[in-house]
Amino acid sequence: MDFLVFQYPMITIQACLDGLLLGILFALIAYGMALQWGVMNIINIAQGDLVILGGYIAYFMYLFGIHPAWGVIVSPIIMYFVGIAIYKLVINKVVDRDLFISILATFGISILFMQLMNFAFGADVVLANSGYGTTMLFDNNVVLPNSKIFSAFISIVFAICLVVYMKRSKLGRAIRATAQNARAAKILGVDTEKVYAATFGINAALCGVAGALISITFTIHPYMGLPYTIRSFMIVIVAGLGNLPGVAMSGMGLGIFEEFADYILGTEFRIGSVFLLLVLILVYRRFKLSRKREYLK
Amino acid sequence: MNKNSWILYIGILVFGLVAPFIFPAFKVQLSILCVLIVLATTWNIQGGEMGYNTFGNILFYGLGMYLCASVQVGMFFPLAEWTESGGEKTFVHTPSQFFQGMAAGLVVAAVVPTIVAGLIGYAILGLRGHYFAICTLGLGVAAGEISGGIEIIGAGQGFTTPPFPNIGGLEARGEFFYFLSFGALVLTFIAVRAIYTTRFRLILNAIRDNEDKAEAMGIETMKYKITGWMISAFFCGLAGGIMGGLVGYIDSTDVAFDGREMGVFMVLMAILGGKGTLWGPIIGATLFHFFKEGFWTFFLGWQYVALGVLIVVIVIYFPEGLMGWLREKYPERFGEVVDEADRKAQVELK
Repeated sequence: MDFLVFQYPMITIQACLDGLLLGILFALIAYGMALQWGVMNIINIAQGDLVILGGYIAYFMYLFGIHPAWGVIVSPIIMYFVGIAIYKLVINKVVDRDLFISILATFGISILFMQLMNFAFGADVVLANSGYGTTMLFDNNVVLPNSKIFSAFISIVFAICLVVYMKRSKLGRAIRATAQNARAAKILGVDTEKVYAATFGINAALCGVAGALISITFTIHPYMGLPYTIRSFMIVIVAGLGNLPGVAMSGMGLGIFEEFADYILGTEFRIGSVFLLLVLILVYRRFKLSRKREYLK
Repeated sequence: MNKNSWILYIGILVFGLVAPFIFPAFKVQLSILCVLIVLATTWNIQGGEMGYNTFGNILFYGLGMYLCASVQVGMFFPLAEWTESGGEKTFVHTPSQFFQGMAAGLVVAAVVPTIVAGLIGYAILGLRGHYFAICTLGLGVAAGEISGGIEIIGAGQGFTTPPFPNIGGLEARGEFFYFLSFGALVLTFIAVRAIYTTRFRLILNAIRDNEDKAEAMGIETMKYKITGWMISAFFCGLAGGIMGGLVGYIDSTDVAFDGREMGVFMVLMAILGGKGTLWGPIIGATLFHFFKEGFWTFFLGWQYVALGVLIVVIVIYFPEGLMGWLREKYPERFGEVVDEADRKAQVELK
């Protein structure tokens, strides 16, 4: 237990800024999750593993001497096709089935990916060093790595691009139509199968961007996927499907929560506190909803 | 119950009692099989009968494991010093201490998770569908992460359970744990079978099929859901306590709260055998254990890859499980009245 955080405002500022920048990244992953949840009605437990895979692509570019920031471009392109492949092999068979089936099937994919990455890349914690240096604020009391600022900036750019794409392009319109009513969209000539594949691909590409950014700013490890899935799930249920500003806000809130949990409880309880927060949020939501239902009685 | 099923039960019981002497090399495997069957059967109360697909029964399993070992040590020695000394044995249980500790530990391991299930049940079981699934998944992982940070039960380095005492040069560890787990299996089977003949099962099925309607019919669904969960928790905790002693070493995320292995296994076993049947989870667990041992022996290192593929294949192609498949093929055997002409007509239509 460490209550220094309340005595020194600088630490508070540090934690808030770190959390904000981290939360923007979470929001990007959560946006992908909201997209596929809304359109295909599946919950993808392998979301976090796609993120980590994207991170390894950037890390490999770093190993081959290319600046890892280019991973932000390369990783989503590769991940898009990985996503399409996963869709064709597994997801298209679970799309219109029970939600639990999709949860279990993607859990299987998650275990598969975890282990394949463990074989391919080893079980070490790695990071791609971007060499961006740091920014000092408030008389050198608050230290912000430039890579974090860079990653937050790139996430925002990608999120805005995607929103514009969804609003303006033909495919974006088809995706939104399918999300509203898949059957009606089919009748009106939308190839929903293609839309689903594209949605899953876009989601995987978003994960790729996020993963590349995470490999620059934080560390990646084959088994670190599940916490990212849980975080994005949590952000989506707090914000609600299709509420983009909400996703951004709750992402940042989660980031700040995590930084404070890290300072106050200690790093070993960080992941545990995230999972516990999920349980608490779900329970809170349940009581809130049940209170609403009481009016009917 | 007719004559045939009595013969079947007595046959299985006799086989269970003599199995460790016929296959002495597989005692540990057979004990693990018993524990797996207990876990699959209790998961089935939730996932199969009640329709609440949980990943969270691992919470009770891990809790039971830690509690049993802690009580067994803590009754006679200071717990903190025990875990601190790790593998180095500074304290040795005498045989009577070991068995007393084990008995008390198993009682605590079964009762405390039941109470925990009752306490959190009201909050958690109000969730529906995938929210419930993800919430229980989170619960299991959170428990693993948090117990990995608690010093007194070994934190990250693990907790060694008391070794089996040496009684006059007699090596009876395998037999002891086999009969313990077989006893737990028999107890679970009798309890679950008794439950399945009562109105309770029908209520659980009503909750699965349409919870709102069941509520509208005047059933206090929450009460029954919590009771169902508490029954699961009781046997999961018991199984966890036995498994802790059997493995001899407890680690927070790799043994006790192992959502990636045991937590998924229990779901898979029940689905493989067939959800919502008495025998499905038992057959599923037996088959799965054979598969798993094959994978773990012949594809060492690739076992998780094989497991991942297995999950995807089972879930996509056999969501009804073995019993569901049999039921579709031979409906008469399951007590369904089938019109022969109707069935033939259906076959021709296909």
